[in-house]
Amino acid sequence: MAQVHFSAGLRELTEGLAQVEVDASTVRGLITALDEMFPGVGDRLSEASSVAIDGEIFTDAEYEPVSENSEVHFLDIFQGG
Amino acid sequence: MAVTEENPGYKWVGTRPIRPDGLEKVTGKARFGADLVLPGMLYGKVVRSPHAHARILSIDTSAAESMEGVKAVITGDDFPDLAANGAHPSDVDVANNTIARDKVLYEGHVVAAVAAITREQAEAAAKAVEVTYEVLPHVLTVDEAMADDAPLLHEGMITKGVDPAPEEPSNIASKILHERGDLEQGFGEADAVVEREFTTKPVHQGYIEPHAAVADSNSDGRANIWCSSQGHFQMRAYTATVLGVSPGTLKVTAAEIGGGFGGKTVIYLEPLAVRPSQRAGRPVKLVMDRDEVFRATGPTSGTRIKVKMGVSKDGKITAAEVWMAYEAGAFAGSPVGAAGMTAIACYDIPNFVVEGYDVVCNKPRVAAYRAPGAPMAAFAVESVLDELARNIEMYAIDIRLANAAVEGTQAAYGPKFPRIGFVETLEAIKDHPNYTTELGPNQGRGVAAGFWFNAGMMSSATVHVNENGTATVVTGSPDIGGSRQSMALMAAEELGIPYESIKPVVADTETVGFNDVTGGSRVTLATGAAVVDACRLIVEDLRARAAKTWDVELDQVEWVDGQAQHVEGAQPPLSLNDLAAKSGRTGGPISANASLNSRGVGAGFSTQLCDVEVDPETGVTRIVRYLTAQDAGRAISPDYVEGQMQGGVVQGIGWALNEEYIHDTEGVMENPSFLDYRMPVASDLPMIDCSIVEVPNPAHPYGVRGVGEVGIVPPMAAVGNAIHDAVNVRMTELPMSPVKVLEALNAHDE
Amino acid sequence: MPRTHITTVINGDETEFLTEDGTSLLNALRDEVGLTGAKEGCGTGDCGACSILVDDRVTCSCLMFAPEADGTTILTVEGLADSGDLHPLQQCFLEGAALQCGICTPGFLMAAKALLDKNPDPTETEIRYALAGNLCRCTGYDKIIRAVQEAALEMRGK
Repeated sequence: MAQVHFSAGLRELTEGLAQVEVDASTVRGLITALDEMFPGVGDRLSEASSVAIDGEIFTDAEYEPVSENSEVHFLDIFQGG
Repeated sequence: MAVTEENPGYKWVGTRPIRPDGLEKVTGKARFGADLVLPGMLYGKVVRSPHAHARILSIDTSAAESMEGVKAVITGDDFPDLAANGAHPSDVDVANNTIARDKVLYEGHVVAAVAAITREQAEAAAKAVEVTYEVLPHVLTVDEAMADDAPLLHEGMITKGVDPAPEEPSNIASKILHERGDLEQGFGEADAVVEREFTTKPVHQGYIEPHAAVADSNSDGRANIWCSSQGHFQMRAYTATVLGVSPGTLKVTAAEIGGGFGGKTVIYLEPLAVRPSQRAGRPVKLVMDRDEVFRATGPTSGTRIKVKMGVSKDGKITAAEVWMAYEAGAFAGSPVGAAGMTAIACYDIPNFVVEGYDVVCNKPRVAAYRAPGAPMAAFAVESVLDELARNIEMYAIDIRLANAAVEGTQAAYGPKFPRIGFVETLEAIKDHPNYTTELGPNQGRGVAAGFWFNAGMMSSATVHVNENGTATVVTGSPDIGGSRQSMALMAAEELGIPYESIKPVVADTETVGFNDVTGGSRVTLATGAAVVDACRLIVEDLRARAAKTWDVELDQVEWVDGQAQHVEGAQPPLSLNDLAAKSGRTGGPISANASLNSRGVGAGFSTQLCDVEVDPETGVTRIVRYLTAQDAGRAISPDYVEGQMQGGVVQGIGWALNEEYIHDTEGVMENPSFLDYRMPVASDLPMIDCSIVEVPNPAHPYGVRGVGEVGIVPPMAAVGNAIHDAVNVRMTELPMSPVKVLEALNAHDE
Repeated sequence: MPRTHITTVINGDETEFLTEDGTSLLNALRDEVGLTGAKEGCGTGDCGACSILVDDRVTCSCLMFAPEADGTTILTVEGLADSGDLHPLQQCFLEGAALQCGICTPGFLMAAKALLDKNPDPTETEIRYALAGNLCRCTGYDKIIRAVQEAALEMRGK
């Protein structure tokens, strides 16, 4: 099960939970599973977040694989200069 | 130069040859945004709002249209109403910032544009456009904008990130929050606690080249655009959105760009040149003057930031509480999100709350500026950390070493850091002679650190081998500070041919695959990785051609020093030159494309040491010496890595000591010129000493991290901490101008 | 609008052009003569990107009216190299990586030439003050100052 972490700003969508375990093989699968747990969270995550998988940050992570022990963080989008 | 890992014997990477585009730039031949002239070209001029906040009641263009030489006059009504069309809110904001529809939201907001045969005719016509306004009350700062009864910029703005969602609209676009641990417990464990409040003013990117665009529309609906930007693919996308056309109808060619620093990742002029060009059937050139650049482009946010931090006697940070409000200007989108993620990212802190607000106000819409959002937060946090170190009598470097993030540290923004080089930058400062140089009277020394993510994003590259064995490396990343050189160095290394045999080219939107903007310190990392990938495809192809020539298996062929060699020496080597000359016999021209969405971004850290001298009579602060240590991962092009480091520092020194937007009570900018918006000049500064730290990014073929941005994060705190060391006053407002330093000194004496 | 006929020597060649009275020399050079090496960064004489030499004096061409150029001798960055041989300042700017975006470079080269013509052995401080009218936002000036020092050294050696 991948460990999924939510920033405090996202926790309003996850009933206050900071961390959940999800069984999924890609970020897309993970978002689908999360959306079943917390209806509505899927849209917000796919639209407004970049994703860190085991410390590596992705901006378009939908099809990125997550493994059994992956640590996944949803982050706010930020812009470079 | 500190090197933390052996250089693996590169021939070209890490050397300092002359940049490929240098000759044209020292002889005046390089063509920048404003340099293009087309036959029959008209000159455009933009009409801007004199009010900070007003409803547009009517625009009468008839007088302007009837003037001599005038060929087109356009207003917001000449563009599609994206809001009515249900476009994404961020696209609506881009369009409404390009040209106002119903309301103007800041002084300088565009309301109309004209095109005429001569510059003078265009200027006269712009003055003749009659706009009737109903002036509305305005808000200029986060304090004014967040007040309960504040006039609203956007009637439908409901704060995002708050649960439950507020029922009433406000000027707060969104709230961000990061927390971990138990703040109360953390402060309970502290032996020293410091709480301070900081304010910073909007500052401009200050690129020397004003925005410029030339558009040439054809009657079939297609248009060619030449513009100076940090990303011509991005300009194509934005322009298509604002015009309501397919991006495929627009071809955008990147002019040489005269600085950007984030401020040219956004769109201002292009649609305003295309539309009149369509009307007139002639090319239209639009160039801003400096006054327009200040009033209507950039800047970055003014902020109010509160920081409370505690440390134990051994220097461990036990808790941090950060509250911040960032001005977004007229539309949502301040960099407070990045500020929240970077504010305490240098350190391993068990208990913290970071809360931030994105606040709209009647100033120009903020644009990215070098590590957007991070410098202001670092000014606050690094100043408080300096004070804590003093309270527990610990050296500034040592308190940072005691708390420094390392590989495996869980960053404040969530994930664990991979291999990073923050500690190495701190040690590089300690190892440098500046650290122990004796200070004179009224002199002080300050340390500060900074973090920036760096970005990856999408890039494409094409490599062609020419018939004489030279290579052309084509990318779509505008070269803003020497990136052609880093592309050529990596390609030379990969192909094994001389750097001088590589011609790096920045191609238009129809000649190379998509490239995201030149921003986020990403070009050497991501576009460089695409170049490396394309070169490796070329080398595979060359090996196969040599195998075919020799009639041997592919695994019998190696590529060494620019030539195919038989592993057992059974054949005389075939050089790139040989293979290129006979490419027709082995399958035709040799070329390869690579495109990627970059992964493996490597975080950047910078630590800086600043010595100042403060004149107690005048409050003037002089930078006596300055040292910056930064983890580049790998410095492909050390000359231009140093250039980024030095440039970032000096922009930060300007931000620290001089630069600010000054508005009168009506919201009109009072200092929109380089004379009054005083950026650092050569006589203000000493040499900027550099220590390049190289802790390679394990995820990049050459270990690149990205170097453009993080250098601007520490300077404000480094200068402020040095002022404190010199004259024992804590500066909490930027800029730390002579007047403010003098006030602080006088208050201190009382 | 009536236009005035101007005769000058630009980069060694007698050059004639027509201009309106209110046109800046910078715009006349760029639009009428076709020399776009001098850049407009501000139009108010604060950034030095438009610096040229008028009768050997470094001048912000945005602050001079084009008709005032009648009868003068002008050198722009396009005339700095001697039939293809780079001026030592140009060569030292290249070798010392003294430019990033390059927009300010023509102005710096002209201001530095004016300095070295008068003072072949300037101190670092003298260089910094001589170039204080030229803004560069990319480099932090460090490599520019070093390039001018290097060029001065080389020119004294000749």
